[in-house]
Amino acid sequence: MLQTARQDQEVLVEMRNAGVHRSGRWLVRGVDLTVRRGEIVTLIGPNGSGKSTTVKMAIGVLQPDEGAVRRMPSLKVGYVPQKVSIDWTLPLSVERLMALTGTLDRKKVGEALEAAGIAHLARAEVQTLSGGEFQRALLARALAREPDLLVLDEPVQGVDFTGEIALYQLISEIRDRTGCGVLLISHDLHVVMAATDTVICLNGHICCRGTPEKVLKSPEYVRLFGARAGDTLAIYHHHHDHTHLADGRVRQADGTIVDDCHAHHHDHARDGGQGGGGHGHAG
Amino acid sequence: MAARVVGGMVMLDDFFTRALVAGIGLAMVVGPLGCFVVWRRMAYFGDTMAHSALLGVALSFLFEINLTAGVFVVAALASLALLFLQRHGTLSTDALLGILSHSTLALGLVMVAFMSWIRIDLMAFLFGDILAVSRMDIAMIYGGGALVLLVLAWLWRPLLAATVNPEIAAAEGMRPERARFIFMLLMAAMIAIAMKIVGIMLITSLLIIPAAAGRRFASTPEIMAIAASIAGAIAVIGGLTASLQFDTPSGPSIVVAALILFLLSLVRLPWRQTAPLNTGGKI
Repeated sequence: MLQTARQDQEVLVEMRNAGVHRSGRWLVRGVDLTVRRGEIVTLIGPNGSGKSTTVKMAIGVLQPDEGAVRRMPSLKVGYVPQKVSIDWTLPLSVERLMALTGTLDRKKVGEALEAAGIAHLARAEVQTLSGGEFQRALLARALAREPDLLVLDEPVQGVDFTGEIALYQLISEIRDRTGCGVLLISHDLHVVMAATDTVICLNGHICCRGTPEKVLKSPEYVRLFGARAGDTLAIYHHHHDHTHLADGRVRQADGTIVDDCHAHHHDHARDGGQGGGGHGHAG
Repeated sequence: MAARVVGGMVMLDDFFTRALVAGIGLAMVVGPLGCFVVWRRMAYFGDTMAHSALLGVALSFLFEINLTAGVFVVAALASLALLFLQRHGTLSTDALLGILSHSTLALGLVMVAFMSWIRIDLMAFLFGDILAVSRMDIAMIYGGGALVLLVLAWLWRPLLAATVNPEIAAAEGMRPERARFIFMLLMAAMIAIAMKIVGIMLITSLLIIPAAAGRRFASTPEIMAIAASIAGAIAVIGGLTASLQFDTPSGPSIVVAALILFLLSLVRLPWRQTAPLNTGGKI
């Protein structure tokens, strides 16, 4: 029901067949992706599968070399990149970091810090924060902007397991409260948010996509997580049965080479043990 | 006899005052720019731009154009050449800087040697001649310097955002590439203005040492910029006074004074809280 309601929501970002080409190879290619207001889209996939590249295209940090990316006019983005390193010589408190790209209301800054659970660190210098604290500070900064689109590249880095669950719950709450769209990257194949509306698996291209409900039925999910974290965690488990070649073509499990992999099909609900020639990233 | 001494004092007063006024003016401009050079880890980059100034000097004499304009254009072109080579070359930035820095300096020296019809005081360009500063030079420093500071104030937020993280800046509409380009132009302008005062070889030290000395007293980027300006001004006053007292060259004396300030800033005073605050626990 919610799903159909969302179809009417304003489109924040729309990518059509988008790809980025660098040093003679495609980092990612043929990406079709839409994020609407109030929708949470999660990208998963192994290292080097083009998740960060896709996200950077979506928000205009990278320009696509083919295909098209369309953003809502005057789209306000809140971005938490994968890695931020700030030189020690730059004196920057958490509070000051909040106003990095725009002046903010003092109250909103306080609320965002509170929501991220680091209100007590408002005056601390960012270089003194632990990895998890800094990640929360970056999240608070993105939240305080009250963005239309919240973009998070592996937001749980350096955060322990309980912190991870709390952080995903927080992101889901924010979506519910503000109605923003969320584009999320998770490198962990076993942990994606139950609140996610769409899961997209990347591996140089879009391998598959679907609702997490489909994924929740998977027997592996029940075996690994049980009912314990059923509201928050889901497992997304499948085998890749094809290999991506350097020129962008695809070698399938039976050895045939095709131009792309949209022709075949992944089944998430079953254990795809038949994928002999693939690069399985199911753990 | 008595009249001559009085006359001498007046003259001394005059050129010394001019040197002080010029040096303090320059320090105020260089402080905030120097902070960005330190934060962005661009010390060697600044050095390269400064070295290219000698090529600018030679070309200005060759084509009989305004010296300041010639130096500005060549320094700006050197920074553009570097940006281009960084994107399209295979050499590391470090190696590129080494090549550009010393080849532009050498080219300048060779060209000056060829132009036997002009007598050029190389030492004045390499190490500065602050005691020969004219009223026109002072007008140039204050006029040009005010313009540089105004543009920097206008550019402050995008440039700081790009310094912290260019991807966040790009995603949130701060246009980091443009900010970086304008910052290069400001650097080139500052080098053109500063050359006569401290000389090509020592400009970078005036950029970096006062900023480094100011770091310990700063809790925000803005305070550090002001602290760097003040530290620079103190170095100018101290260096020039010492140069008059001990008959040492003015440019190097200013740099030595700045170095002493920096070393003093490293001393931990028991009554001053110098360590960055970290009030929070770890996640």
